[in-house]
Amino acid sequence: MSVLIYVELDNGSIKKTSLEAVAYGAKVAAQTGGQAVVLALGKAENTELEKAGQYGAAKVLHASEGRLEHENSLAYADVLVQAAGQEGSKIIILSKSGLGDAMAARAAAKLKAGIVSGVTALPETDGGFKVTRAIFTGKAFATTEIKSDVKVLVIRKNAIEVDEAALSGSPAAVEAFQPALRDSDFTASVVSVEKADSELSLTEAAIIVSGGRGMKGPDHWQPLLDLAKALGAATGCSKPVSDLDWRPHHEHIGQTGIKVAPNLYIACGISGAIQHLAGVNGSKCIVVINKDPEAPFFKAADYGIVGDVFEILPKLTEAAKSLK
Amino acid sequence: MKILVCITNVPDTTAKISFTDNDTKLNKNGVQFIIGPYDDYALARGVELKDQLGGTLTVLHVGEADAEPQIRKALAIGADDAIRVNADPQDSYFVAAQIAHIASQNSYDLILMGRESIDYNSGVVHGLVGEMLGIPSYSPVMKLDLEGSSATITREIDGGKEVLKAPLPLVLGCQEPIAEWKIPNMRGIMTARTKPLNVVEPVSVDDMTAPQTYKLPAPKGACRMIPASEAETLIKLLQTEAKVL
Repeated sequence: MSVLIYVELDNGSIKKTSLEAVAYGAKVAAQTGGQAVVLALGKAENTELEKAGQYGAAKVLHASEGRLEHENSLAYADVLVQAAGQEGSKIIILSKSGLGDAMAARAAAKLKAGIVSGVTALPETDGGFKVTRAIFTGKAFATTEIKSDVKVLVIRKNAIEVDEAALSGSPAAVEAFQPALRDSDFTASVVSVEKADSELSLTEAAIIVSGGRGMKGPDHWQPLLDLAKALGAATGCSKPVSDLDWRPHHEHIGQTGIKVAPNLYIACGISGAIQHLAGVNGSKCIVVINKDPEAPFFKAADYGIVGDVFEILPKLTEAAKSLK
Repeated sequence: MKILVCITNVPDTTAKISFTDNDTKLNKNGVQFIIGPYDDYALARGVELKDQLGGTLTVLHVGEADAEPQIRKALAIGADDAIRVNADPQDSYFVAAQIAHIASQNSYDLILMGRESIDYNSGVVHGLVGEMLGIPSYSPVMKLDLEGSSATITREIDGGKEVLKAPLPLVLGCQEPIAEWKIPNMRGIMTARTKPLNVVEPVSVDDMTAPQTYKLPAPKGACRMIPASEAETLIKLLQTEAKVL
């Protein structure tokens, strides 16, 4: 019995969150006595896809037919189910994203499979198949047993610790996969795609520097951008900041914005409303810089500095530069 | 135009979450319940489209009777009628199967809901419903316009957005800024009292999952404060102590 893992590609490279899913799937395969098989859709070089082997995959199925080049959750779900059929996979794993959830849902309905999204740790497989996931936007956890024959898991970032320095697997064999595509999955036409490809994606970023109303206006963002640059970090903001149009909407982190789980989250001039905290509580380490010592964010932080962000940020940027 | 808007009944975003009955049930004591914020966006856009194009808007909730104030609120905002599937749903698959069953008996042009519920955050119900009905589903949708029998949809994708043109019927998971939340007016509140709210029993669905148990995260350790005058030492600590640089 194999475990099938879908990996998302970004410009021909496997996304970091997807490599985590491969490592997770390989562990589940080891637990359940099977092998980990990866599915990749769209254009990519074999040398890139082989990398999945380092994370524990035995082989990679690759379908790159022209119609699959553009992200299409309907067709992708179809292909995922066909790959699961070919490989006899009873466990299907995807990483959490808009695409991951959409594919997982449609595949689960096709397979009459139990689906759990937002999984935060490896399953317990001693008698039954129990998974734990984050609920209430990370304010709590729920553990449930999946009882169906086929199981679909959508895993959250950091669901498994991957030590990049200690990867031991050998390159995976890449096989061409030729699915049967259905025209009914291609009824929508793509009018336009806008992608800020120069920017680091917030959901993939290891470090995020984020600003709130304490930054005092859109013209004062430079010190924050400087620190982000020195750290190789993505930039985010709180809801009031995007509501005021100081920063673009796709930077909004929080309950109704993007949920992030970086290794390091640095909040500058953000007081820490509960809705903002809900978007960052998956972070490994949180630093809060705020002039108000009573700011609620300090309660959720690992490190805090009380003071003027405009004095502190340049100091941090200097220190960060001298690290390299 | 026949529109179905599915709403969740969830604790307010500021609610303090705790559990009872040996961590098997949410403690609803003192918790304020609301229409899911994302569902509220879906409802607002649904009402705008109905007002613009004519037709009917039905609001659907899968859950227990304590959601009725929120269902009445949706009626006050502009839904014509409501259906409540009387059940205590255990997972997304169950909820989706109920929605798909109702939808299969009524030919809706558009089935709208939030991108995810803010209690379980799964974001999979729209995809499940779409597949169960054999129609396309898209999420998260930030902009929606209709022209004849086709919809123009702006979707958020990783690091940007995509505009699609797709034929109806569709299932869509919505998020801001698709519409501004609507606050019911006095007339809406008065008329909502007499609008039909039909309670139906659920169809049977195989259990995909067992009942869940809950837990709260481990309490956070104390925040380590660094004097502003020594701010630069933070970077060293992040490297050597927290090991995140």
